Amino acid sequence: MSEAREYQHIGQRTIRPDGFDKVTGKANYGADLSIPGMIWGAILRSPHAHAKITSLDVSEAEAHPDVFAVATYQDFPSVNAEAVAAGTARKDLFDTAANVLADTKVLYHGHAIAAVAARTEAAAQAALELIQVAYEVLDPVLTIDAAIKDGAALLHDNMMTQGLLEPASAASNIAARMELKKGDIDLGFEAADIIVERSYETPTVHQGYIEPHATTVRFDDNGPSMIWCPTQGHFDVRARVAQLLNMELGQIKVVASEIGGGFGGKTTVYLEPVALILSKKSGRPVKMTMSREDVFRASGPASASQSKVKIGAKSDGTITAMQASLHYEAGAFKGSPMGPGCMTIFTPYDVENMYVEGFDVVVNKPKAAAYRAPGAPQAEFAAEMAVNELASKLGMDPIDLRLKNAAKEGTQTIYGPKLKTVGLEACLLAAKSSPHYQSTLQENAGRGLAAGFWFNIGGQSSVMIHLNPDGTGSIIEGSPDIGGSRASMQMMAAEVLGVSPSTLNPIVADTEHVAYNQTTGGSRTTFATGMAVIEAAEDIVDQLKARAAELWNVTPEQVDYKNGVAYNLSSDERLSLAEICAKAEKTGGQITGRANINARGAGPSFAVHLCDVQVDPETGKTDVLRYTAIQDAGKAIHPSYVEGQFQGGAVQGIGWALNEEYVYSADGVMENAGFLDYRIPLASDLPEIETIIVEVPNSFHPFGVRGVGETGIVPPLAAVGTAVSEAIGLPITSLPCSPPKLLELIMKRG
Amino acid sequence: MKTHVSTVVNGDAVEFLCSPSDTLLHALRNEIGLTGTKEGCGSGDCGACSVMLDGALVCSCLVLGVEAQGSQVETIEGIAHQDKLHVIQEKFLEHAALQCGICTPGLIVSTKALLEENPAPTEEEARYYLAGNLCRCTGYDKIIKAVMDAADVMRQGA
Amino acid sequence: MAALTYHAPNSIDDAIKILADASLPPKVLSGGTDLIIQMQRPKAPESLVVDVKKIPGMRDAEWSEDGLTLGPAMSCAEFTKRQDIKSIFPGLVEAAYLIGSTQVQGRASLGGNLCNASPAADTIPALIANRAICVIQGPSGTRVVPVEAFVTGVGKNCLEQGELLAALTLARPEPGTADAYLRFIPRTEMDIAVAGAAVSLTLDSRGVCRNARIAIGAVAPTAILVPAAEDILVGERISDEVLAGVAQAASDAASPISDRRGTVEFRRHVVGVLTKRATLIAAERAGAQL
Repeated sequence: MSEAREYQHIGQRTIRPDGFDKVTGKANYGADLSIPGMIWGAILRSPHAHAKITSLDVSEAEAHPDVFAVATYQDFPSVNAEAVAAGTARKDLFDTAANVLADTKVLYHGHAIAAVAARTEAAAQAALELIQVAYEVLDPVLTIDAAIKDGAALLHDNMMTQGLLEPASAASNIAARMELKKGDIDLGFEAADIIVERSYETPTVHQGYIEPHATTVRFDDNGPSMIWCPTQGHFDVRARVAQLLNMELGQIKVVASEIGGGFGGKTTVYLEPVALILSKKSGRPVKMTMSREDVFRASGPASASQSKVKIGAKSDGTITAMQASLHYEAGAFKGSPMGPGCMTIFTPYDVENMYVEGFDVVVNKPKAAAYRAPGAPQAEFAAEMAVNELASKLGMDPIDLRLKNAAKEGTQTIYGPKLKTVGLEACLLAAKSSPHYQSTLQENAGRGLAAGFWFNIGGQSSVMIHLNPDGTGSIIEGSPDIGGSRASMQMMAAEVLGVSPSTLNPIVADTEHVAYNQTTGGSRTTFATGMAVIEAAEDIVDQLKARAAELWNVTPEQVDYKNGVAYNLSSDERLSLAEICAKAEKTGGQITGRANINARGAGPSFAVHLCDVQVDPETGKTDVLRYTAIQDAGKAIHPSYVEGQFQGGAVQGIGWALNEEYVYSADGVMENAGFLDYRIPLASDLPEIETIIVEVPNSFHPFGVRGVGETGIVPPLAAVGTAVSEAIGLPITSLPCSPPKLLELIMKRG
Repeated sequence: MKTHVSTVVNGDAVEFLCSPSDTLLHALRNEIGLTGTKEGCGSGDCGACSVMLDGALVCSCLVLGVEAQGSQVETIEGIAHQDKLHVIQEKFLEHAALQCGICTPGLIVSTKALLEENPAPTEEEARYYLAGNLCRCTGYDKIIKAVMDAADVMRQGA
Repeated sequence: MAALTYHAPNSIDDAIKILADASLPPKVLSGGTDLIIQMQRPKAPESLVVDVKKIPGMRDAEWSEDGLTLGPAMSCAEFTKRQDIKSIFPGLVEAAYLIGSTQVQGRASLGGNLCNASPAADTIPALIANRAICVIQGPSGTRVVPVEAFVTGVGKNCLEQGELLAALTLARPEPGTADAYLRFIPRTEMDIAVAGAAVSLTLDSRGVCRNARIAIGAVAPTAILVPAAEDILVGERISDEVLAGVAQAASDAASPISDRRGTVEFRRHVVGVLTKRATLIAAERAGAQL
């Protein structure tokens, strides 16, 4: 593909097709569907962080006249019937089941135990009081240190650490260990003139989507049962529920409602299987919603972490060795993003010798879920802080140090492949010449810079494009639109077909009306589903040429198609797309393009962020003065939404760095389960978030697209952390940089 | 025991039944069927359920349904005139000021209240006025640009 | 949410009768921004709600010769728009402006903030610093209580069954007087005060402090006066040394707790900083040349 390619629609700032409904209140989100005859479900949650359930008696609730059904773990047929001996996938299923309704133990405060469906929401809540649970309370394990120390209470009696060099001999709270290496780390440190070594920690944080989880379901014995829910992946909801309830995929239809934010947190199931059990048992449609408190207590936080980083370099700034040991909290069940953390931590650097080991540790907190570049912000925070410390010790500009060691085309990653063309150097150079970096720093302020990397993924997408007899059409896709992706699908199809984007209506179809699509996650939608849209549109172009050829009585090779018009190369005849559609009846019927792909070649995305802060020396309060996000988008299909991704990621990262954290009591109760005390950034907390879109095309995508959604949350932790370090003159090693923590540092400094 | 409430929503006379403990948010969504007003927290901390009650911007989750008796309520559904969007709505779309869109109804209701109260806000005033409307997707940048642009256009039109 | 019975009386007398005769625990509904959340908690007791906003005068603020009479149910949004009040009590208006979001201010009232009696309430220190008086009406008549005596503990006030906070009165300050209120929160908005400080000062024409009243919040079970800081100020011009003393006195007077919003050490230190800064602002407003 050519970089100088001229586009008609790509790169424009069109109005999103779903916009009208979303600014007028017409768009239907998770909690917005009600069905005649519907009853309400509610969930009883554990008051303890760690306890054995010694008895569970739901008979009184079941007997109540307002109650139609009660569900417990025993209602999962597949889990209940079979031993847990089977393979990993089954074990994960076991975890999912025991997370949505506890089995014999409760593993975090807020862990679901039983569910009730009753005539009204209030009746369902009231009926929960009728359920009798007896507990044997156990010591809560709330930190990595507490989980891995000798004699720690075990969350899972049979959990043996996977990935050890020798098979584990005793159960442990460490679910897994992994290591990655490249070169010879010892030789690397021997070659170093200077070594920086430090430990860092990050807190448990929440994705903080504004829409709580919600679902409305209708079990149907005679046809597909329906699940309506806000999810990033309705096909995965279908698969999970089918596995848990021992149903075939064809027996379940999942409708993805509009989704009020997810950021990775809506890639699993919580309410859906429970609601379907209640619906099956009651014979009625069931609606369930989580309160905000439930969302904090029982849905996907992102893992807290502890990281040790050691970096060696020559005095000229050549980095010779990078080493890290990373611990991630998985929450109550194994599966923290320790893997991607290990893989991403040093990828911005082309360094010969690297060694990373990671540990996945269970603790009595909700099971961690994906959060925007899962695992990378925690790990790269540690690496970038240490690199900035190295720059400072070497007396080098942090951009120059990074440019000297930057990953580029051909760099061997620690996790396997060599990098293809990437945009890190371009981002660093853009940062260096940015108005922000050129500006003078205010008095008492600090400036921080950090790089960030995320892989991005491709995967399976399925798309159909139907054309109408008047030339308008619809794009049937299956990627829930979480931030404007319908607009980019419309633009890409319009670009290929040479028509106005507004003539094509993108529809996120349910699981019955389009073939399988992977979850909206991994920054894959504009890349992979976009690729399928392009392929489906190209399929249409081929058909349009064939139809025109038939009308002209020539071969398709004698037809050219450009900007929405077919040209007869052997005469001056031409037919527009609309004209061909109008005559489709005479040439074999209507026209549908389709594509079912497994997209490869997702281009990794690098970003560089700049942050200026001021810290009040008397209170420890940090103000963000200026912020710039620079990132390689490959090609920005809709620049406004690309900028929006950069800005949104940056601000989530700023929140993570400054104020967000789960605060636990000694007995494991989250004390700030609400937006009042779990403090996400407000409009008044922030300056403008400046953006620079760098475009280093991804050669695997027809338009050069790289995913852009996730990388933007990776650099802010260290950009803010470094700026705060500079402002107070002390190293920051622990997030969040909350006022009490900073004030304590400042007072100690004197 | 449910209470009968007569009120005016977006200019239409509306009657509904609700328990005295039900919030106005619950009544709007579940009794009247206006689901454009969203619930994000139920505790007045996110602004997704913002509505106008007798001219005051409020969180409808912090108002009892029975308090709406004899009141004027304005919701997101009353801001456009049929298919003609309000300038604020147009500017939100033009500036890509929404990603997922769940906070958008509340933000548009709040922005309208802001600009009626202060037709020429500074950016800082707009940021503080809208501080009670949480958005997790956008980082607020494009929202504030849309608000400032809408203010300009509305002043020219006035 | 708890079951409740709702009344919206049209007169104080009716309200008092409903409150006095209540068989369920009675709750007075003003803005509801605390009350409705409390009532929504699981296991919240059944209660009788008396909405006082329809009572004439409850949402008004009027000046007389003596000063300001404030309807306790007036919303913060209405209150903070009153330039006539802001010009006399800028600190009190700032305190009301700091309560929650614009939406919360659309409902929340000074009377509600006071009766709810949170240790972290923003307007209570500002009311105390301005010597506000509570006018209480009940079955046995009217009584008056200063704000600092009205609040008796965390979430507790001195109202007896059947009594209602009918008005707040603030005397017109003597010339040379000004107030200020500052609080500390981790963000710029929306949070509950981690510490707060209200100061009202009277300066003479030479800038010497003739009168001072300092109240601090969120650092003890109730907002408290800091006489030691007042003593340091009275008779002095504002100087760095005086301000340092004021800060220290406020920190010394604090007896905070550690919780999710802050530690003992943090609150103790920061309340001193806030007191110092609020003193400076009040002094500038009172005409000090600094």
